[in-house]
Amino acid sequence: MSAVATAPATEAAPGPAGRPRRPRRRWTRFILPAYSWLIIAYLVFPIAVMILYSFNRVTTGLPQVSFAWNGFTTQWYQQWSNVSGLTSAFWLTIRLGIASTVLATVLGTLLALALVRYRPPRFRGKTLVEQVLFLNIAAPEIVLGASLLGLFVTVTLARGFLTLLLAHVMFSIAYVAITVRARMAGFDRSLEEAAQDLGANAWVTFRKITLPLIMPGVLAGALMAFALSIDDFVTSNFVSGSAVPFPVWVYGATRIGIPPQVFVFGTAIFSVGILCAIASIVVGRRKA
Amino acid sequence: MLAPYLLSLPAGLWLLILFLIPLVVMLSLSLQTCNFGTGACVMTWHWAEFGQQLSLYHTQLLTSVWFAGAATVIDLLISFPIAYWIAFYGGNKKNFFLLMLLVPFFVSFVIRTVVWQFILSDNGVILGGLKHAHLLPQNFHVLATGYAVVAGLAYNYLPFTALPLYVAIERIDRRVLDAAYDLYATRRQAFARVILPLTIPGLFAAFLLTFVPALGDYINQQVLGGTSNTMIGTVIQNAFLTNLDYAGGSALSAVLLAVALLGIFAYARLLGSRTIEEYL
Repeated sequence: MSAVATAPATEAAPGPAGRPRRPRRRWTRFILPAYSWLIIAYLVFPIAVMILYSFNRVTTGLPQVSFAWNGFTTQWYQQWSNVSGLTSAFWLTIRLGIASTVLATVLGTLLALALVRYRPPRFRGKTLVEQVLFLNIAAPEIVLGASLLGLFVTVTLARGFLTLLLAHVMFSIAYVAITVRARMAGFDRSLEEAAQDLGANAWVTFRKITLPLIMPGVLAGALMAFALSIDDFVTSNFVSGSAVPFPVWVYGATRIGIPPQVFVFGTAIFSVGILCAIASIVVGRRKA
Repeated sequence: MLAPYLLSLPAGLWLLILFLIPLVVMLSLSLQTCNFGTGACVMTWHWAEFGQQLSLYHTQLLTSVWFAGAATVIDLLISFPIAYWIAFYGGNKKNFFLLMLLVPFFVSFVIRTVVWQFILSDNGVILGGLKHAHLLPQNFHVLATGYAVVAGLAYNYLPFTALPLYVAIERIDRRVLDAAYDLYATRRQAFARVILPLTIPGLFAAFLLTFVPALGDYINQQVLGGTSNTMIGTVIQNAFLTNLDYAGGSALSAVLLAVALLGIFAYARLLGSRTIEEYL
């Protein structure tokens, strides 16, 4: 057995007809990675621009972001709360996000429990519920917003925080339910049965066995609901009325000129979000 | 006995009152006649509203379908290779690459679009530099054209296309692919007859999460498209919030919903799925 004879085998095991079993590596080694990094750069580029322009000096009288680069300043970070409408819109979005996340997570998780555990003989209408969830996700958001506005006008419900909350919970429930349900797919029912055999009642079984097991799914659903809520523009624009959330305020400002503080808030939200995501990846890796 | 119904009652009621009933109200409003001054409406079974609105705004509706369709096709083409690469060759960096795909979501949708307005502006980062180097004529512009709107839509919805594709490709059993190569499949055959059919659920979810929101989107059009190339979302928004024409706006919303659902069913049929629910 000479070294010459074994050398080609390490490159690629020859198939039956002498052709390589594995296709050439050029694509997976160079072309796809280079392409993927290019796409990632494309996705990150506007965010880099946003962060850069949050440090841009303003030379004209009006404090508005300009297309031209005028020099570095941290002025907008020092004066982050100077635009009162923007600051109150931001805190409204945070309050709204927390409230709608709590409600949507509870309702969506209960619904997911029903969908995972019961089938048509015991749960008639399961298919109907699934179809409504699908329709809810499939409907363009503008239709949700417009139809909600039609309802609020018809029943003469004044638009404000309440209508925003009703709307945000409505469009989050389906996403929470589907996320929680997907994570519950491999749920072991015998653990619950064991708890009940040992004398636990339904509530104790839920608290001590079910909830801890489905918690990762519930948290994922809650994160999804929060992200949907704080970023929602289309539905909010229809039902906000006097209570203006952050995205709606920024949209209104695009017509008259955007104060640089918008980019400061954008940078802050981005930093908090990305730090949380990195932390969760690091924690996940440590557990694994 | 009652457990499944009690568990689904709160969410079910919420969706009934704030999702299904509004849709019925919307259909009813579209048949009413409204006073533009006060916004008050009376039921007149005015079926002609649909015809009138369509004859007035069919151009905007077609523009929306065209822009959303173009953005979806671009996103599918852009994101398939990267989703494939992350799923098959991401190794232990998969989470990092997925986070990179998700990065745009950490910035508000409206801000992202405004930043693209910055980038694409006539004297902005890209065009300004190219013009300065005399690579582009001075009167060249991208903003206020359909290209800018499609580019904005494609950017904003790219993660919604890439993630479902990634999930679908990730689920493919690598041994199936090995079997294909063992049976003398070429690279192209393995892709067309093994990988692609197995990613159909991902293709469907990607379409659902990209085409449908893009269809009703109006931020990209208003911020990047200027006053031309109006999309149907802008028309609906103006009808409801500016003109208080609830009847007209409702009729157009109903048409938009119908177009979206027709698109979904056509796409599902094209991909050869038996039921829609299997993707839930």
